[in-house]
Amino acid sequence: MRALLVPYLGVFRARFNLLLQYRAAALAGFGTQCWWGAIKIMVFAAFFRSAGATPMTLRQAVDYVWLGQAFLTLLPWSVDPEIARMVRTGDVAYERLRPLDTYAFWYARAVARRTATPLLRAVPMIVTAGIVLPLLGLPQWSLSAPAGLAAGALFFLSMILVIALSSAISTLMDIITVATLSDRGVNTLIGPLIIVFSGSLIPLPLFQDWLQPALRVQPFAGLLDIPFRIYGGHLADADALGGLARQAIWVGVLILLGRLFMGRTMAKLQAQGG
Amino acid sequence: MIVTENLTKTFRVAERRRGALGKVAGLFHRQWRTVEALRGINFKLDEDELLGLIGPNGAGKSTTIKILCGILEPSAGGCEVGGLVPWRERVKHVARIGAVFGQRTQLWWDLPVIESFELLRDIYRVPEDRYRKTSSALIDLLDLSRLLDTPVRQLSLGQRMRCELAASMIHEPRVLFLDEPTIGLDAVAKLAVREFVRTLNRERGVTVILTTHDMHDIEALAERVIVIGKGVILADGSLTSLRRGALAERRLRVQFAGEVETVNVAGATVRRVQDRSVELSFDPRVTSAHQLIAHVAAAFDVEDIHLEDPPIEEAIARFYALHALEA
Repeated sequence: MRALLVPYLGVFRARFNLLLQYRAAALAGFGTQCWWGAIKIMVFAAFFRSAGATPMTLRQAVDYVWLGQAFLTLLPWSVDPEIARMVRTGDVAYERLRPLDTYAFWYARAVARRTATPLLRAVPMIVTAGIVLPLLGLPQWSLSAPAGLAAGALFFLSMILVIALSSAISTLMDIITVATLSDRGVNTLIGPLIIVFSGSLIPLPLFQDWLQPALRVQPFAGLLDIPFRIYGGHLADADALGGLARQAIWVGVLILLGRLFMGRTMAKLQAQGG
Repeated sequence: MIVTENLTKTFRVAERRRGALGKVAGLFHRQWRTVEALRGINFKLDEDELLGLIGPNGAGKSTTIKILCGILEPSAGGCEVGGLVPWRERVKHVARIGAVFGQRTQLWWDLPVIESFELLRDIYRVPEDRYRKTSSALIDLLDLSRLLDTPVRQLSLGQRMRCELAASMIHEPRVLFLDEPTIGLDAVAKLAVREFVRTLNRERGVTVILTTHDMHDIEALAERVIVIGKGVILADGSLTSLRRGALAERRLRVQFAGEVETVNVAGATVRRVQDRSVELSFDPRVTSAHQLIAHVAAAFDVEDIHLEDPPIEEAIARFYALHALEA
């Protein structure tokens, strides 16, 4: 089993170590995200003060915002720039020269990207929002602990599914890049989809009631909304397990779709430049 | 080792229409043009042969290599490499071949060279002791020890190509495909590449298929040459026979001791006169070299004499011209 995984672990390790080196970008990102998080919380505070009955508490919304800032880079914002480059230059042909399942190979790359970068960003963000803010005398605006032991454990499981789901979407985006020979289309389309439908802009429970069933079943909810609501106790017990199940189902569906699409794309591959 | 049978590949290319109206029309109805890249390629290659594949740009050399590598699927016909059909048993096939595409890179751009090698070790599941032996031999042979910690993006083209060659051999393939490995390299790097390929082929019995536009690569390496043009094989044989077939003439350069007014030698034509030297060309099938030399030596006061073949580029250019190929 381990022997089978050696190539995929190898590429994961190489990418992971490489991405950990981008510390300056992480620092700049951290600054922006603190600022942005603070603004969002102020907006929500104003909104919650004037609203009557709200679908979630301000406390839950504040946690939702900070977690969103901490795990921002966990979302599949863009095509792997290295794969985009390979498509542009034609190096992508080399990927077919590897005695590997190309889908699994690229998926392993995506997992590295969706763990190394978030790791660099999440740790300082959680420390700041969860420890520094209370010490500064701002406990009401800080990131609180999970709603309970069960919530914490389920949140952890759900975050693992986020990595799996985000990597599946990333890999699908990589394959679309190969099929369309450019990353620009995918990169332009994916951003707005993620911002709105993951809950990154506004927590999904705050959308209109009639939209809720549709928001619940779409895949992007599994990137952010489900784990964050589990964290704050907004999704608990059976609802939380249902959330995990929806995440797992989307992981399965998107991996299957990606593999199917990759097979078709690679069969039609026409290496550029003769 | 390698057999191809009537290998055919056609591509469908979307035709761009001219002008704004054409662009709008193209949104609704695409016009397709069929490009016949290969129109029936047949050859057999034995174990430990070294084959040079030449032809003008767009002749179908790279397409042939890509099919043999398992990257492309042919439209018709078939081929086998070491008993496997490349595109049908891709994973098994590519584990047994190595490839270098001169215009591409298989090293990881931001990783130091040695980490690329280690990643290839993992990808090809090379056992650790085997890897240590192979990699240190390759590092010696290609003189890479000082480059190992440099990220690939910082290497010069010549340094990178040496690393690419090593990378293609980490898993000790029995067949190596080299697609324009010397493109853009300086003289020293070209010599290093040739030396390495020769060692692999002669000493280790690796079967090599090489495409190039540099005829000196072919002269230095290939005993057998296949010329591809417009998707078909135009010639298959030794470089010497190819050269003779295209451009039979040989050349004689004569340096005279004193001034010479006119040079008129039966069976030869004067190509160039410069001061006291003259370049003659002759057809060895009509006039033999020793006859001509004897004749010249008898008629003139000769200081030096030099017999040579026309440059190989000239012969190949003539060959392409004979077959109406654009080089």
